[in-house]
Amino acid sequence: MKIRSLILYSFISSIFLFSVVSIWKILSTLQGIDLKNFNFAIILSLGIGISLINLVIGDKLNSYIKSIVFASFFTLIDGFIIQNMPIWYNIGVFGIIIFYSFKIDKYNQKNLELEHSSQSVLFEFLTLFGIVLFSFVILFPFYMMIVTSFKTQAALLINPLDFSINFAQDIKELFKSYFVIFDTYKFGRYILISTFVSVGTVIITLIFAIPAAYAVARLNFFGKNFLSTSILIIYMFPAIVLVIPLYTVFSQLGLRNNVGGLLIVYTATTLPVAIYMLQGYFKSIPKELEEAAIMDKLNWFGIIIKIILPLSIPAISSVALYVFMIAWNEFLFSLMFLDNPNSFTLSRAIQYLSGDAETPRQYLMAGSVVVTIPVLFIFVYFEKYLVSGLTAGSVKG
Amino acid sequence: MSDTLSKIEKRTAYILLLPAVFLVFSIILFPIFANVWISFKEVGLKDIRIPEPRAKKIVKSIKDSSDEIKIIYKLRNSSLILDIRDVKFQDKTPKNVEPVNLDERCQFKSNIINCNFGNWKAKYKENFQIILKNKKGEKIYKKEIKSIKPKLSGESDNILLNTNFTLKNFKKVFFQNEFFDLLMTTFYYTFFGTIGSIVFGILAAQLVNQKFFGRTFMRSILLFPYVGPVVALAYTWELLLDPYSGTLNNLLLNFQVIQEPLNLLGQKYLTINFFGFDLKLRLALTTVIIFEIWRYFPLAFLFILARLQAIPKELYEAADVDGAGPVQKFVSITLPQITAVISILFMIRFIWNFNKFEDIFLLTGGASGTRTLPINVYEQGFTISDIGMGSAVSIVIVALLLIFMFVYFRLLGKRADEN
Repeated sequence: MKIRSLILYSFISSIFLFSVVSIWKILSTLQGIDLKNFNFAIILSLGIGISLINLVIGDKLNSYIKSIVFASFFTLIDGFIIQNMPIWYNIGVFGIIIFYSFKIDKYNQKNLELEHSSQSVLFEFLTLFGIVLFSFVILFPFYMMIVTSFKTQAALLINPLDFSINFAQDIKELFKSYFVIFDTYKFGRYILISTFVSVGTVIITLIFAIPAAYAVARLNFFGKNFLSTSILIIYMFPAIVLVIPLYTVFSQLGLRNNVGGLLIVYTATTLPVAIYMLQGYFKSIPKELEEAAIMDKLNWFGIIIKIILPLSIPAISSVALYVFMIAWNEFLFSLMFLDNPNSFTLSRAIQYLSGDAETPRQYLMAGSVVVTIPVLFIFVYFEKYLVSGLTAGSVKG
Repeated sequence: MSDTLSKIEKRTAYILLLPAVFLVFSIILFPIFANVWISFKEVGLKDIRIPEPRAKKIVKSIKDSSDEIKIIYKLRNSSLILDIRDVKFQDKTPKNVEPVNLDERCQFKSNIINCNFGNWKAKYKENFQIILKNKKGEKIYKKEIKSIKPKLSGESDNILLNTNFTLKNFKKVFFQNEFFDLLMTTFYYTFFGTIGSIVFGILAAQLVNQKFFGRTFMRSILLFPYVGPVVALAYTWELLLDPYSGTLNNLLLNFQVIQEPLNLLGQKYLTINFFGFDLKLRLALTTVIIFEIWRYFPLAFLFILARLQAIPKELYEAADVDGAGPVQKFVSITLPQITAVISILFMIRFIWNFNKFEDIFLLTGGASGTRTLPINVYEQGFTISDIGMGSAVSIVIVALLLIFMFVYFRLLGKRADEN
């Protein structure tokens, strides 16, 4: 057996074990349990011990029995070090060790002797480690957002680490922040405005982009190459350099505080990418279909409606969802153009709420949940379309 | 025959393109050029409002005579800076009612009072009075008089349209605005944000490219930060990082990782003692960069994953036969296959991070050493209310962007040549 593989195997697996147990401890702390120490040295040596014993036992013991023995052993010692823990905490620890034992089960004295075994061990545990860590780091803010929206100001001040939600309380108490933002802060109105602006942007963008994309993809005209490169270049210009002139012109034309003004700007800023995505797809449609249509004396309008549109539903859905997402999440223009609370979009309304230092944070988080849920829902539901939209349109940041 | 066909084709193309081109031109290209114009002008936020002649109509009844009524117009120039020329005034009166002792600047004809007030200086104010009398001696109703609104018009200079130019703004941008500091912060933010998001993108893509339980689920989760609205995410992070009631600081304190809370978004420098050397870390800027990486690595991940999945399996199988280990496989198969994507990603992310406004604005507002060029545009234009300065900073951004894009398209061109 290679010494290097052995050390790597026991050490890396124990570090992985430690990190998973630590995350479990963090999550338990957030349920109001008083934990002060990760016990790095103890957990690490326990992990090294278990991984070495695993090698010694090998397949002499059924892996189920082995993992249960390991788990009980670890849980007992852990329970002895940190006493008076609720039972669910110990069950969690038990579960983690079961999982860990199954992961180290496939290593025995033989396969640690194989070539590259140390690298394989490293990669296997780094992958596991990565999965756990990435999920934790990404999901934690979302978790916090949701939990905070269900807490009260007092509870948050007394113990900021208490993430437990009291589900036994009255529904009205539990969802209080949501009732407040809808009643007092008119969030219902803002949802309507945001939806109107986003859906409106999608529709107008498509109406403008489909004919333009068709022209770029199919027709010959002077300046075609120039146009297709300029689309990309224009797309790279950020909103921040457009803001001042647009602000001055819109102020003088009276288009500020006007949802229509926002619609125009959103459409113009998403048009280049929409055209870019659609023309790429249109080019892939066989030309013969259109030639047949021209024989049938269809004009360009007929060709687009009867031939191109039905064949491009997937691409059009991608564009629509991507544009919807951009418009729904947009913040800078809504900040610049809207100062009247009657015409706020959701993003602008939340920023306005936070501007008042008195606003309790749970209202802010309830608002954030309200603006986040629809996009995440749409994203998960239409993931296939949105991902292709994101990849195609991802020149945008 | 074919000649006319191609003509028709051309015409059709222009008709199809016209609406989109017009819109993009007026909302994107026009402002970029307008920036150049404004940046050479001394314009404040308050100058944008076009001066208007205004009149507030107050109607008062006169004691003991119901057939007479007094109207006071509070006239003023809405602008504090600009004059209005040739102000014209018009108001209507009900039937059978006519003014008494009308001001000499005015005329009365068929129930309409027309006045010519001449020029109004900036801040001009006047209380203009008219007494109306019913010819038949009947009562005049206040409401009826009040319901008619006077019309005013006048000409004025639009400060944006005159041709007075100055270099003042650019002098200020380069010499008074701590320009070097601004530029360094922007590059620091852009560079590390880009590198970080690509590194984590590669790691995440490597992860998801392997087979494990819940892989598709993992892929969705990894994209959450990119898909979520920036406002919600930024405020969540702000609460998470709060020095007193924030979860992160309290967790770190609880597990004794730190002894006192860190003001991660509000402290410019953190001094770290590193083997006797005092290292100064830009704390708030680092935090903002971490948020940036958290939010945008999914994009790099998506790109790189797509590339990874396109690498032929045979390459890895051949490497297995040759006895290559995972590290070797990554270095000699995976890396060369993704360098092209990475360089394109680097350029795109670099340009976009360079332009990033919302994230920093929402997290720190540009305080504690996180002021980048885009933040400065907003600050100059809307906090200090100097539109001209804001435009000048925008011009600097556009100039730098054009350089980046030039490099980017050169690289793209080379790539295309190679393939």
